[in-house]
Order: sequence, then structure tokens, then C-alpha cells
Amino acid sequence: MNRQLNRLAIFSVILLVALVAATTYWQAWAAGSLQAKQDNAIQRVVQFTIARGLITGNGKSVVFATNKKQKANGQTLYFRRYPEHGLAAQTIGYSTASRAQAGLEQSMNDYLTGANTDLSNAFRRALDSLGGGTVHGNNLELTLRPGVQKLAQAQLGSRCGAVVAMNPHTGAVYVMASSPTYDPNLIDQPGGYAKVLKIKGDCGDGFALLNRATSGLYTPGSTFKIITAAAALDSGALTPDSPFVDPGYCTEYGKKVSNANNPDQTAETYGRVTLAQGFQHSINSVFCNVGKQIGVKKILDYAKKFGFYKTPPLETPAGERSPSGLYKFVNHRSLLDDPKDPNSVDPGRLAFGQSTMLVTPLQMAMVASTVANGGVVPKPYLVQKVVGPDGSTIRDTKPGNLGRAIKPQTAADLTAMMVSVVQGGTGTAAQIPGIQVAGKTGTAESSVPHVYTAWFVCFAPADNPQVAVAVVVEKQANGFGGAVAAPIAKAVLQALLHR
Amino acid sequence: MTYRNRELAYLIVAGVLTGVGFASVYIAQKSQISSGSLTYAAFFFALYLVAHLVARFTVPYADPYLLPIAALLTAVGLTEIYRLGPTDAFRQGLWVVIGVLVFALALLGLRRDYRLLENYKYLFGLGAIALLFMPLLPGIGQRVNGARLWVHVGGLQFQPGELGKISLIVFLAAYLREKREVLAQGRLKDWGPLLVIWGGAMLVLFATDDLGSALLYYGIFLAMLYVATARTSFVLVALGLFLVGSVAVYQGTPHVRERVTNWLHPWTTGKVYCPFTGGTALRQDCASYQEVQSLYSIGHGGFGGTGLGTGTFTTASGHQIIPYLNTDFIYSALAQELGLIGASALLMVYMVFALRGFRVSLLAGDGFSKLLAAGLTFGFAFQTFIIVGGILRVIPLTGITLPLVSYGGSSVISNFFVLAGLMLVSHRANAELEGASP
Repeated sequence: MNRQLNRLAIFSVILLVALVAATTYWQAWAAGSLQAKQDNAIQRVVQFTIARGLITGNGKSVVFATNKKQKANGQTLYFRRYPEHGLAAQTIGYSTASRAQAGLEQSMNDYLTGANTDLSNAFRRALDSLGGGTVHGNNLELTLRPGVQKLAQAQLGSRCGAVVAMNPHTGAVYVMASSPTYDPNLIDQPGGYAKVLKIKGDCGDGFALLNRATSGLYTPGSTFKIITAAAALDSGALTPDSPFVDPGYCTEYGKKVSNANNPDQTAETYGRVTLAQGFQHSINSVFCNVGKQIGVKKILDYAKKFGFYKTPPLETPAGERSPSGLYKFVNHRSLLDDPKDPNSVDPGRLAFGQSTMLVTPLQMAMVASTVANGGVVPKPYLVQKVVGPDGSTIRDTKPGNLGRAIKPQTAADLTAMMVSVVQGGTGTAAQIPGIQVAGKTGTAESSVPHVYTAWFVCFAPADNPQVAVAVVVEKQANGFGGAVAAPIAKAVLQALLHR
Repeated sequence: MTYRNRELAYLIVAGVLTGVGFASVYIAQKSQISSGSLTYAAFFFALYLVAHLVARFTVPYADPYLLPIAALLTAVGLTEIYRLGPTDAFRQGLWVVIGVLVFALALLGLRRDYRLLENYKYLFGLGAIALLFMPLLPGIGQRVNGARLWVHVGGLQFQPGELGKISLIVFLAAYLREKREVLAQGRLKDWGPLLVIWGGAMLVLFATDDLGSALLYYGIFLAMLYVATARTSFVLVALGLFLVGSVAVYQGTPHVRERVTNWLHPWTTGKVYCPFTGGTALRQDCASYQEVQSLYSIGHGGFGGTGLGTGTFTTASGHQIIPYLNTDFIYSALAQELGLIGASALLMVYMVFALRGFRVSLLAGDGFSKLLAAGLTFGFAFQTFIIVGGILRVIPLTGITLPLVSYGGSSVISNFFVLAGLMLVSHRANAELEGASP
């Protein structure tokens, strides 16, 4: 019987070794994917045993996200609270009991939970967790200026739209407002999410969870003339003094493309003007001819230098940011479209920002910043510092740039043209006594006649730029950029420049 | 060093490990539990010292590893049960005391010659069926978690099936020892009593929906039949019958179909029929919830584990995440807190116990002893495989206890019988080898 006994013993050992192998599979190989499962009830609790880091604004006095401590079954649990409610809600995001996350709460989760790998960090975390201590996450110090953020959101009110303000040299984002907004504390409450989904704003279809500043795609209208002018000037095709004749329309493919209407419904006619004057008064026929002259390819090439066709870098989740560029609708979805054949795009309409061009407010703030920054595109950022629970700085953001888009001279010419817009053109509503503001209005047509997307893109002071701002307000009946968006930009500029 | 002195040395090692285990639970949860918990370790050590002294007196030549390993396994179980809920740990402690008492009585009662059990083989065979049948009796039987395994008498609850297993192994060892030659020749008449008792056991197990035990009994029967007859063809035929039977059971019982579905597809992306509510839900939120959360528990342990006493087993509002955590699913709890290192070490301990058990069987001088030791050992190892393999999705999950570690009185007592049986066989074999009178 001994031979059979030996075989039975080997068989038993094989069975037990299989168990060791299976345990190894689940605890080493598959551990990560198990942890990532949405229904993982253990991770749901584990996340609450970690005191997530605080998220504060610039100056640390305003706290966007904090924790409420609660003792349960001998465990200290930390629940997320958002004391500022709707302030910068889409940027901060949320982190809920059901493990849904958005905004910086999602993208910076590793830092906030202290899971970012770093030897000293790992060691401290291990010490914390041994003996049942609390693991403390790292705090985020944002570049956002809470006071001005509040002002921007108040200015937008219940209107749908967005405001982005940033330092044109460093890329530090001072304001990132998206309206309508929501209270992130609601997300975890029973029925709260449904309540958030019901928020519509004045535009009637405002999805409050959407960060319009980074993923709202809007027709740029005349603000795109900055890009067209940059392409024309930087390539040497035209100068600010290049002459044009404006008959009130431009002829494309044998059809008349009229200038923008005045509120009294008649197209303006300017006659003999320079390119600079065409820019100042935002004359579509002038830019239509510029577009026809320099072509779609050149315009798009310059747009790309400003950052178009790429998702702008920022610390928020990549899914919450959109690239700007031409879009086409395929199967009810809009897809970024980089046409192989530039002739398929109407150069005249593209030149004054209609066509199928769609941009985000963040991208337009980057365009204004680039002009203000002498032609170099700054790299936008929101997180100034990551600070450990012991106060040590774990990460300090160094300003960077995304390369040069235009020559310094082109930037200077554009600045002069933008100054004239505010001094005596379409953007006079943005004038600030004692400070030169450089800006460009935009009034983009929508599918509904006389309902516009109002834009204002600017920076100030023009001779020593400190702040660049982009403002967009959706669905404004007879609302022009200069009348609707410029006053908001002005208020934000004044607050940031302390004027 | 004599057998018993070695045993004492190993017991001291197990005792120290128990102390460390309780101390780490205490340190992790000192806000909740008193330092009195440390007396558990001391009490536990004293208890095994008593068992050791009884062994020293009754079975001086018995294998010195078996008792310390059993002590270590019960200690690991008790520590984890204590960590999950001190009230259950107190009861489990009582069951271990009773288990040691049963162990001592078995050694004392059978120390002269355990082989006289052979004479009562049919009593054991019928006893096994009677024990298995008890939960079906009206009045005392009770259905828990889909299976009728429990008997409720007065305030006492137990699973007679656990003891039925020991009874059946004794019957099989005795019957196969007597008839192994004629069985190997395949005379149908000699198979009669075997098939009647074994078939009866299987039928009762299906009647009670106790699939884990059915699988265990089938395995033990097959292993012992193979060892006794050395006929591979029997094993193949039995495996074939097992497959046919499995398919039939799969077709016939929705309960079994559900287990297999949960095993193959525990996660769904769309909502499926949920048998608990009658509505629809993701399977991981309904039918396979227990299996899936148990895997999450294991995965959370990772390489080094969270540490004893610091694992996560309750939701934020205090509800236990995994049902039956300290019985069927104790391995998930241990794997989370001890990690891959600890869980593998635990499995190694089972492996060592199994190998010592087979060694006892190899050294035994007579057929009954060999078959008894082999049956008890294989049953122990195979039961470990059925429950841990079920948890780890190696095989479909069937509820059964993890020997000596899971919470549960009947399981603890039956495994002390296994321990006593192996030590009795081992004592006689070693004594004969050394020329001493057993």
C-alpha cells in the first residue's frame, strides 16, 4: 500500500501548492485590479481611514476640501467636506463614499491619500498604519485666488459660461470659474446627485458637473482673429498697416459673407481700412480676405503653435479637458478634425472664428497669455505646492512653457492692436482708469438667430502684463462680447490688479 | 531527545507565536479591548501543556509534530476569531477546551489498542449515516445558509456531519482492510455493504444540500479505495461517475447551477437576475457578493498584509462586509491581515501536517492503521483544499470549515479526533519500530 500512499501524499501536496499559487495570484498579480473594482467594499472603507489632504486656495486661508472626523467601531473615519460649497467645484471635484471621484480629487488622489511613492513617504505611511494609526495624506496648495474666484462666479451669476484668469508669464491659474456650479457636498447625500443633475442655469441645458473652463467647447467668433492676425503678421504676409477695402461683406465661393450686424440689424460698412483697424472694429470682411490670402493651413499651423489640437496640460483629469480645433460631427459625436485637405475648410469663415472651430476658455486664456508673454506659450498649472502632513514641501511647481508661438515683434504688434480694441474699438467696456488693457471681443453666432456666445479675451497692464483673462457667456440674446463679457473680464482684472 | 521532549519544545514555539499574535491584536485595538486578552495566550498554552502531559502518559512514541501543529492552527484561528469578535472567541476557546478533553479521553480510552474499533465497523458505518441524517429530522434540524447541516438541541447547536466524517473513515478503514483483496478482484457481492453505506451517505448529503461535505466524502472514499485496492481503474471509473453525477446535479439543482455560475462569472457588467431579491442587480452585488468581497479582502492584504488587528472587515457604518467571515471565510480574513507571506506560511503548516500524517500511515504496520491514518490525513488536507480553493476560485465555492482554524465547535471536536487518531496510530508504529511494547 505504500506506493499508493506516496502517490496520495504527492497529490495532497499538489492540492496545497495550488492553493499557495492561487493565493499568490490574488495577492500579487491581481491585487491592483481587485483594488480598482468599483464594488470593493473594503476599499470604500479603507479610503475613509485615510485623512485625505486639505485642498486650499492661494494663501491657505480658504479651504476648498477638508475632512470631518467620525469615530465608528474603534476606527476613526474621515469623511470629505467642501466648506466653500460651489466655489471652484468643477476644478476641485469630489470624492465620495461610493468611490466616485472628479476634478483634482480624482487626478491628485495619490498625493491626497499619501500613496504617491516616495521612500520617506512610504516609510511614514507604514509607521502610521502599524498600530492602527491614521495615514495622513498630503495637502494641496492651489494657485486659485479664492476672493477673485468668488467674484468671477458672482459676475457670471446664473448665466452659463466660464472665466479663466492666469499669470501670463508663469501659467499660474488665478481663476477657473464654470457656471452653473453645484455643491460637491450634495453628491454623497441621498438624492443629492439627482439634484445636481437638475441644475440647468439660464441657458437651460447647463450641466453643472462640466468644467466649462477646460472642457466647454465654444465657437470662438472674433477672438479667433488674434490667431489669424498672428499668422498673417508672423509669417510676414501682412503688416498692421496693410490696406483693405471693406464693402460690408466679403465674397467667398461667389457668395456674400456679411459683416456682423449691429443691434439695429444692419451690416456695418467701413470702406478703406488697415489690418489694425479691421482688428480694432472686428471687421469680418477684412479677416475673410486675410483668410483667403494666407489660407487655412497657415492659420491652423499657427493655432497649433498656440496649443490647439492638443489637450492643454493641467493637473485636472485628462477626461475633464478638451483640445481646441476644428471639429466634425460623426454619428452624433463631435470629433477633433485636422483636415488633410485644407481646401475642405472655408478660409474666410475660419479667419473670423466661425466655421467648425471650437475652443475652450482655458485655450483662449493661453492665447492672450502668449501675446502678453512676448510670444511664448506659458504652461498652465493649478497646484502650486504639495505639502506633507509634517509641513515639508513634497512638490513645488516650477513654471514652464509650451514653446514659442510667435516672434516678440508679432506679439508687440498684436498687443498694440488689442490695446486699440479697448481704447476705441469693440471692447471699450473693459477700460480701467490708469491701466492700459489689451483685449479682443468675440460674438459667435449660434444655431438660433440673434442669440450669441459672448467672448472677451484680454490682458493687463498692456506694457507690463500681470494677468490674462478669458470670459465666455453662453446664449446671450443680442448679447455682444463687448457688452456682456468685457465687463466681467474688467471686474476680474481690477480685482487681481487691486484696482 | 525523546519524542515528547521534542513535542514540548515545539509547543513552546507555538505558545510564543500565540503570545505574539494576541499581543499584536491587543496593540492594534487597545482602544477597544483590555490587556486581559493576553491571558488568552497563557491559558491556551496551559491547555496544550495538559494535552502534552496526557500524550506523554498515553502515547509516548507518537509523532512529535502533530500536537504542536494542531496547537498552532487552533491558536491562529482563535487569534483571528478574537480579532473579529471577542464573544465568539470566548466560545471557540471553550470548544477548544472540550476538544482537548475529547482528545485526552480518546487517548486514554484507546491507548491499549485502538484497533478494536475494527470490530464495530458496521456500527461506525451506520452511525455515520445516522449522524448525517440528524439535521433532516423535524424538530431538531435547522437550515442555515441554504443547507441543512445543523442540529439544535436545547441551547446547543452542532453539525453532526463533522463527526460523521470520522465515523465513515473508521468504517472505510476497517471494511477496506478486510475486503481489499476481494474488492480488487471486483466481486460485486463484496461491494454491497460498502456501496450501501457510502451511497447512503451521499444521498443524505444531497438531501441536505451539503455540497462541500459531499465532495469531501467522495474524495476520502476514492482515496482510501485507491490506497486499499491499488486499482487505478477504480479511480478512473469513480472520477467518470463523479463527472456524470456532477452534470446531473448541475442540471437538476438550481442551487448548484448558481454556485457554478458564481464561480465562472462572479463579475457582470450588466444587471442579471438576483435570486435573493427577485429583481435584477449586478452579480457582484447579489449572488456572488460574498465570493467577490472575500477576494477583495485577500487582495487588500497584498504581500505583507495589513497586520493582525488592523484589517478592514466592516463598512463605515459598522456592518460586516463578508458574511460567515469567522467560519467558512476565515481564510479571507487571515490572508488580508497576514498577507501573502502569512497565508502561504499557514498553507505550509497544513502541508507539514499532511506530510506527517502520511508518514504515520507509511510507518504503520497493519492495513487498518495505514488506511485509518491515510483517510484521516487526506480528509484533513482535502477539506482545506475544498474551502480555500473555493475562496480562491480554484473550484466552485462550497461552504465547509477550515480545519482547526474556523470558528465552530463540531469542526474543532472532529479535528481533535483526527489528531487523536493519528497520534494513536503513530505511537503504535513508532513503538513497534523501536522494539518497545506499545
